[in-house]
Amino acid sequence: MPEKPVTAIKRRSLLAGLAAMPAAACTELAETKPVGDLFDAAEGWHRAAHRSLAARQALAPEYAPDERSPDVKGNGTVSVETPEYQEQLAKGFPDWRLEVRGLVDNPLSLSLADLKALPQRTQITRHDCVEGWSAIGEWKGPKLSDLLDQARVSDKANFIVFRCADVLYNRDYYESVDMVDAYHPQTIIAHELNGEPLPEKNGAPLRARIERQLGYKHAKYLTAIEAVASFDDLYGGKGGFWEDTGDYQWYAGI
Amino acid sequence: MNKGPAKRHALTTRLWHWTNAAAFVVLFMSGLNISNAHRALYWGDYGYDMSEAWLIVTRFPAWMTIPQRYDLAEARDWHNLSAWIFALGLLVMWAMSLVNRHFARDIATSLNDWRPAAWRAAIKEHAQPGDHGDKSYNAVQKISYGLVLGIGLPLMIATGLAISPGFEVSAPWLVEGLGGRQSARSLHFLCAWGLAGFVAVHLVMVLWSGPLTQIGRMITGGRREGDANA
Repeated sequence: MPEKPVTAIKRRSLLAGLAAMPAAACTELAETKPVGDLFDAAEGWHRAAHRSLAARQALAPEYAPDERSPDVKGNGTVSVETPEYQEQLAKGFPDWRLEVRGLVDNPLSLSLADLKALPQRTQITRHDCVEGWSAIGEWKGPKLSDLLDQARVSDKANFIVFRCADVLYNRDYYESVDMVDAYHPQTIIAHELNGEPLPEKNGAPLRARIERQLGYKHAKYLTAIEAVASFDDLYGGKGGFWEDTGDYQWYAGI
Repeated sequence: MNKGPAKRHALTTRLWHWTNAAAFVVLFMSGLNISNAHRALYWGDYGYDMSEAWLIVTRFPAWMTIPQRYDLAEARDWHNLSAWIFALGLLVMWAMSLVNRHFARDIATSLNDWRPAAWRAAIKEHAQPGDHGDKSYNAVQKISYGLVLGIGLPLMIATGLAISPGFEVSAPWLVEGLGGRQSARSLHFLCAWGLAGFVAVHLVMVLWSGPLTQIGRMITGGRREGDANA
């Protein structure tokens, strides 16, 4: 009888070994420059494919009120711990300002009341997390394009950067999109979720909705919107918190 | 034009077989890594609360995943890159199979192939280990290869595209047709395991019926039985 367990173990380690061969090779390969470059090239193919298959302004699906999920899960930062933020949260953000700055001719500094006075868009859309889950909620706020038009964005600007009040792993959260997504009609600066002021876990008082991309692009706790020519001077230079810290792809439409 | 003996497996079939096998291994193992990010499956448009899941999936150990540690970003890179090879490869394979009549000649079934007697005959013949010669595919092979090429692999690609929010805007009907994004994600997972099951049976059958001969044929092409030049 002593042989049997030994065989079993051998078989299992053989199986593990066989599985590990391609996997270990991949793990090593991913560290090399050509494969890293290939991953980045593939990111470009995904964006180009998506943009050529659908109209640039094609809308993400919108749902009926009864198709909403009971809640929209909070993920990443779900609370901003600073006393300043907590005081504003308790009072309803009377002193919160959203700056629109960078490569613009007319920089803005807007209160929540200013943002609510602009034309509003209400949309019931699905939020898809990179982890795989989805939630559906009704978001309301002004279109980003209206803010950018008011600020008169320069022709030199290629990207819109979202600055945030939250800090994860001791780094400021930030995100960015290109001009196609910035001017997309469903790209709004949401201040309401399901008819209520945005809850803290969902990014109170303001969050971006980038409906054709995954959740990590939808920056929360917005403090500023900045038009830039490139990401070179921003943190890790990859255009977003997860892009810098975890090597997630900047284009998150897949 | 001097043509050599007819090959059992055309060059395009062999090239596709091996690139697709490699792409499938990378897709499957990186997919298990991605599954570990949120180990719950739902039906419908939404799903985030694990208590509402129809299935909580086991956490796949590192040795089963690409890369060999939990890394969602890198797993997604491998997955989304291999998906191009997998999808475009299947497109080329289907086009070639229709042009060179691989599908019509070797895979398309006749009514007789659907009779249980034909399945029993195929199983009986393969009950004996070893090579069974360069015969055409039996009923069970035709049906299973047909299901994999015609349903399994295309469904894998369709469900994968459906969970991409950037792709969805160009084909919202696809997501709706699959029952919503979370249904598409569940089907993607089920289909992957279905294909993995096919691969497992396929490997067992190759080992059972003269593995070196079989693998050799899928590399060199082998020759077609009854060929005059043979």
